[in-house]
Amino acid sequence: MSFDDAYQALTDHDDDARWAYGTGFSDPLAGVPTALPEGVDAGDLAAYCLMIGDDALVMSHRLQQWVTRAPELEDEMAIANIALDLLGQARLLLTRAGEAENSGRDEDALAYLRDPEDFRNVRLVERVDADFAQLVVRLLVFATWRLALLDRMAASRDPVLAAIGAKGVKEVAYHRDYAAGWVVRLGDGTELSHRRVQDAVDHVWPLTGELFVPHEVELRLAASGVAVDPSSLREECDAVFAEVLRVATLRRPESPPLEAARSGDGDQSRAGGRGRDGVHGEELTEILNEMQGLARATQGGVW
Amino acid sequence: MVTTAAEVAATVTDPELPFLTLADLGILRDVRETDDGVEVTITPTYSGCPAMGAIETDLRRALHRAGYERARVRTSLAPAWTTDWISDEGKAKLAAAGIAPPGPAPQRRQGPVPLTLGIRDDRVACPRCGAGNTERLAAFGATACRELRRCLSCREPFEHVKEI
Repeated sequence: MSFDDAYQALTDHDDDARWAYGTGFSDPLAGVPTALPEGVDAGDLAAYCLMIGDDALVMSHRLQQWVTRAPELEDEMAIANIALDLLGQARLLLTRAGEAENSGRDEDALAYLRDPEDFRNVRLVERVDADFAQLVVRLLVFATWRLALLDRMAASRDPVLAAIGAKGVKEVAYHRDYAAGWVVRLGDGTELSHRRVQDAVDHVWPLTGELFVPHEVELRLAASGVAVDPSSLREECDAVFAEVLRVATLRRPESPPLEAARSGDGDQSRAGGRGRDGVHGEELTEILNEMQGLARATQGGVW
Repeated sequence: MVTTAAEVAATVTDPELPFLTLADLGILRDVRETDDGVEVTITPTYSGCPAMGAIETDLRRALHRAGYERARVRTSLAPAWTTDWISDEGKAKLAAAGIAPPGPAPQRRQGPVPLTLGIRDDRVACPRCGAGNTERLAAFGATACRELRRCLSCREPFEHVKEI
């Protein structure tokens, strides 16, 4: 198809060949089997897909905020690519969540029309980065944890989760290497870069505790071979963190990560509650205002 | 001359690498003619590949033009796409376009995904002068599947399709 100018091509709605703008995307799981694995509670599966999907969605948005702000053009490209991979994973997982809950909510409804307390992401992903050092440390922690998680999810009894896991492993392995490369370069760099990345490690570390504490939904689904118990990821992640910090000449913070309250024990206070229970910081509200504002103002809008 | 639906689908090209067909890239997984119309199965290269919608439309349009009124496009996620599915002809077309084609995809061993710190030991030949000594400039390029490299011999920068 040819057009006289690019704007005409962008606004051509004779078909659904739109790229990355507007709402109303087609279902990225079109044609993927939608049946639920036997003996699995649909509500649990939906909740689990939201957890793993929201982690990717919110992290992707935080990364997108760095585009045009990264130190080098190559890093803009890297960060945008990583954000795109995670957005793709989020779309698949939110679609799966909508199908499992069978309420008619699609990926758009789940991404754009939920309030902060309905998001199930870990708090690590919503945290704002004060500088590039915090970004790369946070990305290292996130990608290391998610890579270990997706690798185990590839063996899930749910064929859709297994496929998303196997595909995601290839992507997130690159994300982790990128982040680790920067942590080493800054840590083993100048006195200034070393100090700032060490500050970033100290700042991000308390958020790592939550990553390894299972939610009751994760425990139930892990027992039936569908989900991953996050406490099983700790050893692998610790080994990677230790190796990167050693090569980067950085010190692992002395204080143990804050072990957030186990979910389901009734503790919903801000101090002890966890992202998996819908307890978030102000930072998530700020992200959602930005991410959802236009879609909420023009519901069903296509442009 | 009768053109089968599979032959039609095999001529559709990738929107970002228009000299490559979907078949060259290995993302066209299956074409089936049934009583209910044509069913085409494709698989994304990366989870976030933004070209999937355009590819789906291009496939349906090409099939309509060839007289296949009812065409459906399905997505298959497993097994995950690997650059090993790029055909030899596809690799030759990439090289002719100045993009270094992928070598064999890394084989996963047992245990955790290995961490790569520092220089990766990958030998990618320069698609322009053929020299073997090239270096990576950036692990992420203009699309998810490409990285940016530079030839240390002729000094030209070039793109390389990453092995996954």
